[in-house]
Amino acid sequence: MSRQTGYESGLEKFNRIGKGTNVIFHLIFIILALLCLIPVVVVLSISLSSEASIRETGYKILPTVLSGDAYNYIVKQGSMIMKALGVSVLVTVLGTFIGVLLTTSMGYALSRPKFKLNGLLTWVVFIPMIFNGGLVSSYYINSSLLGLKDTIWALILPLAVSSFNVIICRTFFKSTIPDGLIESAEIDGAGQFRIFFMMVLPISLPVLATIGLFLCFSYWNDWFQSMLYIDNQNLYSLQALLNSLMSNVDALARNASTMGVSYAQLVATMPKESARMAVAIMIVLPVALAYPFFQQYFISGLTIGAVKG
Amino acid sequence: MDAKVTRKRTRTRWRKHDTELTLLALPTTVWYLLFSFLPMFGVIIAFKDFKIHGGFIDNVVNSAWIGFKNFEFLFKSNDAWIVIRNTVGYNIIFIILGIVLPVTLALMVGQLHSRKAAKVYQTMMFLPYFLSWVVVSAVVWAFLSFDKGIVNQILSSLGQDPKNWYMEASYWPYFLVFMNMWKGLGYSMVVYLATITSMDSTYYEAAVIDGASKWQQTRYITLPLMKFVIVLMFILSVGHIFSTDFGLFFQVPRDSNSLYNVSTTIDVLVYKQLKTATVGMASASAFLQSVLGCAMILTANWVVRKVDRESAMI
Repeated sequence: MSRQTGYESGLEKFNRIGKGTNVIFHLIFIILALLCLIPVVVVLSISLSSEASIRETGYKILPTVLSGDAYNYIVKQGSMIMKALGVSVLVTVLGTFIGVLLTTSMGYALSRPKFKLNGLLTWVVFIPMIFNGGLVSSYYINSSLLGLKDTIWALILPLAVSSFNVIICRTFFKSTIPDGLIESAEIDGAGQFRIFFMMVLPISLPVLATIGLFLCFSYWNDWFQSMLYIDNQNLYSLQALLNSLMSNVDALARNASTMGVSYAQLVATMPKESARMAVAIMIVLPVALAYPFFQQYFISGLTIGAVKG
Repeated sequence: MDAKVTRKRTRTRWRKHDTELTLLALPTTVWYLLFSFLPMFGVIIAFKDFKIHGGFIDNVVNSAWIGFKNFEFLFKSNDAWIVIRNTVGYNIIFIILGIVLPVTLALMVGQLHSRKAAKVYQTMMFLPYFLSWVVVSAVVWAFLSFDKGIVNQILSSLGQDPKNWYMEASYWPYFLVFMNMWKGLGYSMVVYLATITSMDSTYYEAAVIDGASKWQQTRYITLPLMKFVIVLMFILSVGHIFSTDFGLFFQVPRDSNSLYNVSTTIDVLVYKQLKTATVGMASASAFLQSVLGCAMILTANWVVRKVDRESAMI
């Protein structure tokens, strides 16, 4: 650590950019940061605008008439939205769990230098980084051969493992877990399963967190798998729901009408435009709230990944 | 010496831990076989007259070989050239901007006097990376939609005619490039910043004692030390020059027909062909994409290996 450029080191004080340059740099970054933040604020403010004000004056950066109608509607009427939320949460939790298990177990096996299949399995992980079968054959294999079409597994399994994550894991286990530790456990008669689950995983929290977070975000944000494999609206995730709302704002009303409420009445009363953006906020909010806390894990994860494995 | 010899001997024998490790790696290996390797053999669909009815294996085995017919159809359509031009064109712009901008910004953010402010900027700029393309598409819609969009409201308040942005093909190359940078900038900045902060500070101490200016330090210490990461990122992106972020080109333009010529890339074309059940052409396009992508990665790696062995990936 002491060899890193500590920003507070005494030398740093004499080696600073000039005051003027500093101000200019700050200005540039303030503009960039606002550019990244404002669009999200806009979506939030549309979701909080009253439907009438959107109809009259269009979308605004700040709401002209504040209203919680959209969220009210979601809580009261949005059985479809709640279902989609459930699917999203289930897929994210289950997918992350399965993904972490598959990634770390493979990473661990590859990190053992004396493992006889090491060379073979390294190729198994490495080849898909260079060549893949492409969308069409994957699609047909997943949907017809493996029968994943219109099942929750179509959203989970194809995304569970990525070679990049496996390699991050392998590098981590190789560089942080001393061989002696594992050898002594072997001498004590512990099997590899026991060593992996009881010893290696508990001391590998940083890499578990990194991989887990990557997987978590990619499952939560995935819409492509839904678009490819899911036709049944009951299996729509929030992303898939928003996707269909973006092309057709009435999609919600059409679904609700099957539950005994008249279609015309619903279309007339539901806050369509703001509900659309409210669903977007339901997707963004957990991510936006969570990620500042996890940013350090991402950064350390990226640094691990950048080390040549 | 003795120890080494005995170790070599035990190495050749299959031991209990090999069985256990194999079992541990088995589920993931099965996953790779099903989801990565099986589709690799599925590429033969491209050379067959594939029908979608009946069982999958039946179809693949029994449908007739038609050689390169699918590819002929693909290249006879006008789509092929437009789509390849778009894919490669956008990627070249993305590669150049995607290295120059984040490296510059990473160098700048590392120099800010206030560490706290730097951290806040980074956090805020990282945010778009975590938004899905569906959400981004909703964001863009809020700005560009014809009757309610914010941009058109600003235009009319300036006394100009509102534009139907989703019909105006000429603006979209700029929009797409902007959106791509917007989403990825924070992430790439952190990648480069991670390299910068892990550099040995003694270089800089020596440089300051020798009286090197900030610019000289950047030019002669930081950039050379970053070379490895920059080259690695370059190889990776060149390797993917025939594939694009499907979400950017499919979700953001909202599949608008008027934008077809500027927003359709190979991935989008493959998806559309797949969904409209022109399987033959779709598989031909997908096959081309995989093979070209593979060739690009290997070529890029080969070139880098020639120039600088250490920086090569394989």
